[in-house]
Amino acid sequence: MSSYSIEQILRGDVPRVGQPQPLAADPHLMPVSLRVNNHVYMLQLEPRVSLLDTLREFLGLTGTKKGCNQGACGACTVLVNGERIKSCLTLAVMHEGHDITTIEGLGQPNQLHPLQAAFIEHDGFQCGYCTPGQICSAVAMLREVEQGDASFVSEDLTATEVNLTDEEMRERMSGNICRCGAYVGIMNAIREVYEQQQKGPRI
Amino acid sequence: MRGFTYTRASDADTAIRAVVHNAEAKFIGGGTNLVDLMRENVERPSEVVDVNGLPFAQIEELPNGSLRLGAMARNSHTANHPLVRVRYPVLAQALLSAASPQLRNMATNAGNLLQRTRCYYFYDTTAPCNKRQPGTGCSALAGYNRLHAILGTSPQCIATHPSDMTVALAALDAIVQVQGPNGQRSLPIADFHRLPGDTPERDTNLGHDELITAIDLPALPFARHSLYLKVRDRPSFAFALVSVAGVLKLSDNRIQEVRLALGGVAHKPWRAHKAEEILTGAPATPELFRRAAEAELQTAVGFEHNAFKIELAKRIMVRALTTLTERRLA
Ligand SMILES: Cc1cc2nc3c(=O)[nH]c(=O)nc-3n(C[C@H](O)[C@H](O)[C@H](O)COP(=O)(O)OP(=O)(O)OC[C@H]3O[C@@H](n4cnc5c(N)ncnc54)[C@H](O)[C@@H]3O)c2cc1C
Ligand code: SF4
Ligand code: FES
Ligand code: FES
Repeated sequence: MSSYSIEQILRGDVPRVGQPQPLAADPHLMPVSLRVNNHVYMLQLEPRVSLLDTLREFLGLTGTKKGCNQGACGACTVLVNGERIKSCLTLAVMHEGHDITTIEGLGQPNQLHPLQAAFIEHDGFQCGYCTPGQICSAVAMLREVEQGDASFVSEDLTATEVNLTDEEMRERMSGNICRCGAYVGIMNAIREVYEQQQKGPRI
Repeated sequence: MRGFTYTRASDADTAIRAVVHNAEAKFIGGGTNLVDLMRENVERPSEVVDVNGLPFAQIEELPNGSLRLGAMARNSHTANHPLVRVRYPVLAQALLSAASPQLRNMATNAGNLLQRTRCYYFYDTTAPCNKRQPGTGCSALAGYNRLHAILGTSPQCIATHPSDMTVALAALDAIVQVQGPNGQRSLPIADFHRLPGDTPERDTNLGHDELITAIDLPALPFARHSLYLKVRDRPSFAFALVSVAGVLKLSDNRIQEVRLALGGVAHKPWRAHKAEEILTGAPATPELFRRAAEAELQTAVGFEHNAFKIELAKRIMVRALTTLTERRLA
């Protein structure tokens, strides 16, 4: 098996085949085991590698996107222990033992997650770059609503139930920017899944 | 980004020992500020000590009625804790107004206190900046300074502290609990952050080798009547241009007690003591609110692009007081 230095990998000077990349023996590397989409990956990583770069460059999970790389766009949103986070501003080594879910872990082409299906149904995207982040974010957002989390636009902070108005939904999804402006479709897609959930689990 | 060694601390002593022995070591919480600044080469630690495993993630009531917010508790969990939502709505709102849901799930309470300014020149390593590199000058003085401070500035630095959470903490007289190599100490929030003076490179009075373990909110029953208002360039996911945290206790339309703090106007959360003095004991009227706001902003100095903040700060103070009064009378 050939091996690559971190410089080569950061330059993109390696084949991208959707497989964990073997690394040259390097004293700066740390062993890290990551649990992503229910697979455990044993990796050797430099501590400075972000979770986002690890997913994309080392695990071949390119569904998660890099937009700004500074926390401002939401394209890199993934779920860690069920909570949404931005994978560009966290180090992979900080996530040993955590349960990480990316867009690839939510559904499969022949068995889409309800939100994936709803995004297609409602034209929740144009170029699709923000979509994996939007969907991961929406999955967690609906869970937060279910557990009664408040938002900045919530009228009554003492209320334990959320009235998910359009204003509430916009505020709660504001961490995900869509450069194409597909917001109307995004909102409709999420609302449909929310309403389905309200009616109880789908048969 | 400079390479660094990474260690995970499982207790406070180990974490502190690591930074005592290395002036270039840094703690990491959520990483949302530190990773960003490391990527820009503004922060260049040789060692990063992960404190997420320390047992400081709880939110609990103390026997004296204070609420202790663990240093490693996430901003989202803190905002949604039932006791914070009911007793300190001003803090819940300040937290919920900040950043985005994903970032709030990452950001720790300690990291939030220590986040650094968003001054563009601080981030730009090609620009002179006294905060990043003492003695090089301040690019914002004659540069683009729309985000910058109007109160407590110095010729060395006119940066603002960007945190929303700390503005609410200032109004609530929170106490920061700290542990260092020589034991523990408590820092009132008013003494935690600094004005720039001649040492803008120092944001706070925390030592390099000190670890934040908790933030205590003293019991303050009238804080149930409190709010956080934030004015920004878009209605969500943006830093404050100006913000205000307000807490009001009225009795028969007379102000018994009031707490006001401003954000986006200074190098630290700005407690409006002058305004509070004028308001306390007086009947709650729009004229009084305006007079108090005028007095607080009397020493404000605007720069080329941020002079609008002076009037904005006055209006947002009046708005906060009016809203709180109307709610009490409703
Ligand atoms: C796109 C974007 C938008 C944002 N918008 C807002 C906003 O509108 N309002 C707002 O208030 N904030 C905003 N933020 C800032 C965000 O709130 C902070 O980045 C966050 O609170 C920092 O917390 P952290 O745990 O991630 O800190 P880290 O990045 O982990 O650490 C920050 C600093 O704290 C130190 N530190 C961490 N823990 C401890 C400890 N226990 N003891 C001593 N030192 C410690 C670290 O060494 C470091 O110097 C935004 C951030 C981003 C990226
Ligand atoms: S305002 Fe402060 S942080 Fe900004 S350039 Fe001047 S010295 Fe640097
Ligand atoms: S790439 Fe992470 S928020 Fe933009
Ligand atoms: S679909 Fe293109 S960025 Fe959202």
